[in-house]
Amino acid sequence: MSITLKDQAAIVGIGQTEFSKNSGRSDLQLACEAVSAAIDDAGIEPSDVDGMTTFSMDLTDDIEVARAVGIGSLTFQSQIPHGGGAALGVLHQAAMAVATGAAKYVVCYRDLNGRSGQRYSEGVSGDLITSDSIHWSWYIPSGLMTPTSWVALVTQRYMHDTGTTSADLAQVAVSTRKHAVTNPNAIFYERPITLEDHQGSRMIVDPLRLYDCCLETDGACACIVTTPERARDLAQKPALIRGVAQGSGADQESMTSFYRDDITALPELGIVANQIYAQSGLTPDDIDAAILYDAFTSIVLFQLEAYGFCKRGEAKDFVKNGNIEVGGRLPVNTHGGQLSEAYIHGMNGVNEGVRLIRGTSVNQPEKSDHVLVTAGVGVPSSAMILGKMD
Amino acid sequence: MPNAALEEAFAPFVGQDFGPPEIARDPVNEAMIRQWCDAMGDANPIHWDAEAAAKTHHGGIVAPPTMLQAWILPGVRLADPDRPPSDKQEELHALFNQHGYTGVVATDCEFEFERYLRVGDRVTAKATIESISEEKATALGIGYFVVTRTRFENQDGELVGSMVFRVLKFKPSQPPQQASSGDAAPAKPQRIPAPRGHDNGWWWEALDRGELMIQKCSQCGTLRHPPRPMCHACRSVDWEEQPSAGTGSVHSYVIMHHPPVPGYDFPVAVALVDLDEGTRIVANVVDCPFEDIHIGMKVECSIEELGGVKLPVFRATS
Repeated sequence: MSITLKDQAAIVGIGQTEFSKNSGRSDLQLACEAVSAAIDDAGIEPSDVDGMTTFSMDLTDDIEVARAVGIGSLTFQSQIPHGGGAALGVLHQAAMAVATGAAKYVVCYRDLNGRSGQRYSEGVSGDLITSDSIHWSWYIPSGLMTPTSWVALVTQRYMHDTGTTSADLAQVAVSTRKHAVTNPNAIFYERPITLEDHQGSRMIVDPLRLYDCCLETDGACACIVTTPERARDLAQKPALIRGVAQGSGADQESMTSFYRDDITALPELGIVANQIYAQSGLTPDDIDAAILYDAFTSIVLFQLEAYGFCKRGEAKDFVKNGNIEVGGRLPVNTHGGQLSEAYIHGMNGVNEGVRLIRGTSVNQPEKSDHVLVTAGVGVPSSAMILGKMD
Repeated sequence: MPNAALEEAFAPFVGQDFGPPEIARDPVNEAMIRQWCDAMGDANPIHWDAEAAAKTHHGGIVAPPTMLQAWILPGVRLADPDRPPSDKQEELHALFNQHGYTGVVATDCEFEFERYLRVGDRVTAKATIESISEEKATALGIGYFVVTRTRFENQDGELVGSMVFRVLKFKPSQPPQQASSGDAAPAKPQRIPAPRGHDNGWWWEALDRGELMIQKCSQCGTLRHPPRPMCHACRSVDWEEQPSAGTGSVHSYVIMHHPPVPGYDFPVAVALVDLDEGTRIVANVVDCPFEDIHIGMKVECSIEELGGVKLPVFRATS
């Protein structure tokens, strides 16, 4: 059955700031005031909002607005390109989101200090002070300026809280590498490593070593999505999307959500997990293989717990004894992952997920009816479950 | 204070021509036009495609108007500090130099175009010292703006265009560094400071004064860090600064090893510190062996310059 957007959505609140030549405050504050006013106008609470959409040209990140206004979790985020052309594009996003249940209350916003700040009449220029540049500036002066450093800070606390050791992280690196060794497309094809190699590799940001970090790769990946009806008539065995979702947790920063009571909790992953299991009607027990975003070894542990394969603090044991290799309970990153195949921002994992469903992975497990594919950790995230078509 | 002797000396220059008109060394020609278009990325066929140009109202190839000055440039003169001034402009500059106004910088240039130049035209140019400003204080040093005007004519005496060129002759506020002075150490790389905007500038300004601040909601009293414009608890945009005692404990930490970044002197320890007031802050831990740093370690803050940037730093509480 196809659905249309006819009669599927309505605008229930509006808000705005005064309009001036010099607001005297940040783009972020303007966004907060307008969003807050719209929330009040609608008679809802900030925590009711679970979707945000804006222009890709907007200087204010959705999660910065969410933190400031006290909006909690998000299940829908989007940005529309091409300047003023996005104006009804954001309404379109919002309508689709509420019509499909991706979100209940979506706020569309746009803020700009277009006269006192970046004037479009000036053309393109540098040195913009944006909510994003200020966000990073709380870390960069101290030296905390790489993805490894941000993840290491959370990893250190996770290791402290759960008793996980560097040797446990090594197990993820070694198991993942095994899959790359047999994958001719992998950067580390036919180049195995041992636990000792990992422990001897140089420190990048203590506690993360070289072999805890992913590759840096040139490359590209793409995939084609269509309806199941069309898919039946095409050349390949389809990989059916059984569930797919976005998630942003309360008090979310990009990579640096250091201000939550528990900095290792990563609630955004739980928000994604709950949605995709609910959509698909599946449970972690139904997942036969997983492509877990592995920019760093430690985040594989975080995800094994967040996606329900083991309890909090137990991932260090779950990864032992070949349990995340082909033949184990949950083969993980059968292509060699971003640690050892290639780092294409998770999209090489999407392709491997499809191969697992088709049965064409070079490291094909015996059973792979349902495959979990996940996205970046520490940021607002997303995931999907792939399955076979009847 | 204006330089009276100089001003008296340069006054007669105003209104004078540089010298006899400059005559173009070559007539307008296709080869030079083509080279110009190649260099400038000008793909307009009226400048290089005779056939296409013939079909336009120009009836043939015309030179790009902005190329006007190129026709009369005299070629590169080898640098010779002892060469006597060859025209009035050079005499004027020599006069400035004698009075210590040795710096020169072109500030702006305006063109007006009257007609197109065609292949075969021959340009002559007559340059005049049009005006000299009163003494001005600039970021480069004190100096005078000298305006010259050049009229470009074709072989029939018709005005093709004119150019107004303004330079600043100035006394460099700092003597230029001698390239040969060997003992001057290169500038030490600095850490990257935070950009300062509406929502965070006040916090860094307080730090500049030696104070570690926490943002406090004026309405409900909730503390928040990093600063942001709205209270997440009550949505008030009114806030005030509250000084922090600067004491707390390490919530988590890392040791930055790689890759090295100029200005940071890795390895350095970076901690997420639970301040006793209840907010958290990311900052360096110093004067503590890395192996002694641990989660829960009591620390206290001082404000110091690290890599040229004033920052909060934490030491283990003694």
